[in-house]
Amino acid sequence: MKIQAGESLNYADLNEIIRSSVDREVQIEGCVGQRYIGAGLAGRKIRIKGTPGNALGAYLDGSEIFVDGNAQDAIGDTMNAGKIVVKGNAGDAVGYAMRGGKIFIRGDAGYRVGIHMKAYKEHRPVIVVGGIVGSFLGEYQAGGIIVVLDLEKNPLGIVGNFCGTGMHGGEMYLRCDRLPALPAQVRAERVERVTEGEIFTVLKEYCDTFSLDLERVLSEGFYRLTPNTDNPYRQMYTAN
Amino acid sequence: MSDMLFMYPEYEVVRDSDRCIGCRVCERQCANEVHYHDEETGKMLADSTKCVNCHRCVCLCPTHALKIKKSEDTYKLNANWDGQTINEVYRQAGSGGVLLSSMGNPKPYPVYWDKLLVNASQVTNPSIDPLREPMETAVFLGKKTAKVERDENGKLKDTMSPQLKLSMPVMFSAMSYGSISYNAHESLARAAEELGIFYNTGEGGLHKDFYRYGKNTIVQVASGRFGVFKDYLEAAAAIEIKMGQGAKPGIGGHLPGAKITDAVSNTRMIPKGVDVISPAPHHDIYSIEDLRQLIYSLKEATAYKKPVIVKIAAVHNVAAIASGIARSGADVIAIDGYRGGTGAAPTRIRDNVGIPIELALAAVDQRLREEGIRDNVSVVVAGSVRSSADLLKAIALGADACYIGTAALLALGCHLCRSCHTGKCNWGIATQVPELVKRLNPEVGYKRLVNLMHAWNHELQEMMGGMGINSIEALRGNRLMLRGLGMTEKELEILGVRHAGE
Repeated sequence: MKIQAGESLNYADLNEIIRSSVDREVQIEGCVGQRYIGAGLAGRKIRIKGTPGNALGAYLDGSEIFVDGNAQDAIGDTMNAGKIVVKGNAGDAVGYAMRGGKIFIRGDAGYRVGIHMKAYKEHRPVIVVGGIVGSFLGEYQAGGIIVVLDLEKNPLGIVGNFCGTGMHGGEMYLRCDRLPALPAQVRAERVERVTEGEIFTVLKEYCDTFSLDLERVLSEGFYRLTPNTDNPYRQMYTAN
Repeated sequence: MSDMLFMYPEYEVVRDSDRCIGCRVCERQCANEVHYHDEETGKMLADSTKCVNCHRCVCLCPTHALKIKKSEDTYKLNANWDGQTINEVYRQAGSGGVLLSSMGNPKPYPVYWDKLLVNASQVTNPSIDPLREPMETAVFLGKKTAKVERDENGKLKDTMSPQLKLSMPVMFSAMSYGSISYNAHESLARAAEELGIFYNTGEGGLHKDFYRYGKNTIVQVASGRFGVFKDYLEAAAAIEIKMGQGAKPGIGGHLPGAKITDAVSNTRMIPKGVDVISPAPHHDIYSIEDLRQLIYSLKEATAYKKPVIVKIAAVHNVAAIASGIARSGADVIAIDGYRGGTGAAPTRIRDNVGIPIELALAAVDQRLREEGIRDNVSVVVAGSVRSSADLLKAIALGADACYIGTAALLALGCHLCRSCHTGKCNWGIATQVPELVKRLNPEVGYKRLVNLMHAWNHELQEMMGGMGINSIEALRGNRLMLRGLGMTEKELEILGVRHAGE
């Protein structure tokens, strides 16, 4: 079904139309900031033209969402499965606590990307950002993969401050030559050439999604960040 | 002299050798390995340094040969530096660690419930006999702001927000699977179902076996979002966003990997054996507007069918915070006082952060009334409601209902040894060790919870009847039914009650 959103359709009504529709595929045109689109939905394919509002695809449970435009804050909050693709930029708190599924952003993303992302059994969440991200990337990361590509070589630098604070699981790939400042519990290793493995598969899917040249993306090396296995928290407490 | 400094145990195991028959029950029952059998003399001995004073051996000794006594050993008496304070310094000097404790704040702060007295009818305003007259203890939690709207045929439209119906104004507090055992959870779930009230999953997810109790389940969404997914939200009767906890306001949690067993990992939807960190704040909530966003994302994900509760710790500014929450779209505000229990919290935070629930409740109720938004939300309070009397006083101070945690655990056998963080609960409550968990029989546990609640409900009805009040609705916020004793003007002012005799 096709929905003309516009300014007069508020988010609750729009989302009720989507929820109660029997169509698997939904197209939203003229989206102007309606929030919570696709919250908790499974088995749907939602195409959005315009700018969806905050919490797009929260608790998403297997649907696919394509945004032909920019997205705002908190997309894929606590997402369980499915895929969110944003052609433009995304706001803050992308994929907060997401457990599974994929978020592909062609442009930049804001602060707090992938905070407390986790993994569980077959669920392994993936966030790929084509541009740059703000501060607090992957804070408290507990699982999954976060990739930042900085394809346009933005002079602002690939990531802001406090990258990986409290990281205790999963991995991050930063496509850059200079390592950002990292806390003691994060370890960094240089990967000059990605040729195989999960990261390769992820990058291939990302490039296919946005019709990018995979070879160009792979032509530069990455820093791979993982938690330092010497757990710094274990010694913190004394039974009283 | 590093961490080897000997500290004389605070409690000693005393065994009456005339009564002891050497059956070794105490030895088998103690997960802390206090009791042992001396092969040479054939006698049972005890290492009191390992004793946590949980009374498991005392209760199970068939000849009642055991008791635990407060140790008479003492450092040189000092009103400023008491033994506990000195020992805490020794412990930290040895380990460099943050002191970790369990259950509620045990410090001798004033208990305002005990300074409040309840009214009764005499002569001119007859009391109600609850045996003869109907006495309504059911309450509905949720927004009460429905507008009267009619459809084109003039019929009333249902504009009521979703409500939780409780047979009595009590629910079981949030306690996660992980912090308490499977059998403890089952006991709470079954009791909630039988009583027509609710229990709360805490932030540890919902075990698949307990989905069948969904209509009596409140599921929690906390900063770590453990176990939160569509089915979990769908399964519940209501969703609680945990912003804070009375025992540890303002901080997050850290569950060591060793406690993440298979079942706990499945329920929390996290890898087995890996440390789990709950960040201090929700890192997507830095304002009331952000909170509103989470509330509405949950409502959208569940088609506006379930009330959303926001739980906060009682802190200095609680009235202003509650005012914000009441405008955020939340259906219920839960406030947890500084005496609230926990499976593990830094001692300093548990014992020094937050304010008494009695004062917080009075301040919040007053503020919401003044602003004309009291009906936007129901108010549920927690943080040491110990009896039906505390419950009644809480309602008279303005609460719609109370959460009980510690009292419920006591019903299950907890002896408040405050050692939950060791994971070796001899009563099978705060542990994941299979041999210990099976000591708590959910069949017995749930009946004891039902008994306790039935008893409280009877007492509640009797006290209400005595006041000439026949429904919780008429008692709520009825502060004229309370008088204070031995309080300052300021305390009375905050509580909104008069002094006894006035």
